Amino acid sequence: MRTEKHAPALVVSDVHKSYGAHKVLKGISLSAEKGDVVSIIGSSGSGKSTFLRCINFLEIPDCGSFRINGEEVAFRSGRGGKSQPANWRQIERLRTGLGMVFQSFNLWQHMTILENVIEAPVHVLGVERVVAIEKAEALLAKVGLYDKKDAYPAFLSGGQQQRASIARALCVDPAVMLFDEPTSALDPELVGEVLKVIRGLAEEGRTMIMVTHEMKFARDVSTRVMFLHQGQVEEEGSPAQVFGAPTSARCKEFVAAGSH
Amino acid sequence: MDFSWIFPYRDLILQGAFLTCLLLVISVTCGFGLAIFLAIAQVGKNPVARWLAKGYCTFFRGTPLLIQLWLIYYGLGTYLPYVPGLRTSFLWPILREGLFFAALALTLNFAAYQGEILRGAMLAVPKGELEAARAVGMSPAMILRRIWLPRAIRIGLPTFAGEVVLQLKATPIVFSVTVMDLYGAAYKIRQDTLLVYEPLLLVTLFYVGLTFLITQAFQKLENAVPTRR
Repeated sequence: MRTEKHAPALVVSDVHKSYGAHKVLKGISLSAEKGDVVSIIGSSGSGKSTFLRCINFLEIPDCGSFRINGEEVAFRSGRGGKSQPANWRQIERLRTGLGMVFQSFNLWQHMTILENVIEAPVHVLGVERVVAIEKAEALLAKVGLYDKKDAYPAFLSGGQQQRASIARALCVDPAVMLFDEPTSALDPELVGEVLKVIRGLAEEGRTMIMVTHEMKFARDVSTRVMFLHQGQVEEEGSPAQVFGAPTSARCKEFVAAGSH
Repeated sequence: MDFSWIFPYRDLILQGAFLTCLLLVISVTCGFGLAIFLAIAQVGKNPVARWLAKGYCTFFRGTPLLIQLWLIYYGLGTYLPYVPGLRTSFLWPILREGLFFAALALTLNFAAYQGEILRGAMLAVPKGELEAARAVGMSPAMILRRIWLPRAIRIGLPTFAGEVVLQLKATPIVFSVTVMDLYGAAYKIRQDTLLVYEPLLLVTLFYVGLTFLITQAFQKLENAVPTRR
């Protein structure tokens, strides 16, 4: 894999996706430099989660081009004029470089927290177990869960589970972190602890793409904000611009509704 | 009550108990192995494999075990000697025994039930956990091995325990194809001593004891991964 010096971490362009006749994404593009924190906002049904899930191919886009960490994703044409990844091995390899954090945590329930965190390094990357454990323990300490490392996910609060899943995503050293509404499934009093961890990552200069409903948080930590409406980018720019002086009427409405 | 026969018949009883346990262990382990393939085929994308697995499970769950056993013993058993070279092979001493056909029938039957249960358990694994496995770059085979199956087996454990107990209680049927299992031993003792109830009581105790052991073992397994309900 060749890495250019100033290569953007992620360049995605003209992503289309439809379910049957329903067009969910109508040509969305996004590029993120290293260290960028891009927040994707929009009302439900605007396609923001679908778009995020297209980036690591949990949803297969109908068409679009993807350059992840300097590597172009190869496509072949499949049924009905929709494209398919040409090589699933490549997708699997690229996915490892995209740490995903889900709304519903999705920790593996049959493993302890520590086992969850070392699973991908040991079994996907082939890192030695002792090395992975050492790293995982450091990450768990960082998200404040070191003392819970031998607990099973079911015994943790939602906030703890989400912090554990962030540690799990970090343990493979992803070039880009993808957050899919990381606090939407949490009780209000648990949101803060998770946002604190994410804010810490942003301050470290991690490249992150984040779908979120936390407007204040998005405004604080993002380098760029995208407002999606009906599968299209309606407004895009710096947080100050999108939240402070949006040009589109819909974005204005949305931001105003979210700020009280 | 007369239990004076126990000592003279101890070898027959112990051997019968051994055969019952042997049949249970063979059919449960081999059947479980086969069930994994049946379950994967049924949740998989290959229509031919899915159709075959479904057909298999429907056939073996839809016909009485006794008839399966007899079909295999009298049907397959009659044709095996005509397979070229089989009579002279080292396998023949095993293949001509009723025990072989009994183990085969019990295994095939157990696999059908187990395959169906495991299929349900696989579908019960939360989609998100499988997505998380895909998202870290696992291949489909690795997801199956590391996440999907281990998770499904744990979900199915309480049901598996019941299936193994049912399987234990299905084993006396092998007496009908000359296998001297525990029930066979009781039958022989009755014929020799004209005592009906005492030998049956003894084997009853044995089956209850074994059932207790099975449920205890599964309880231990279930406790290995604590879950909150």
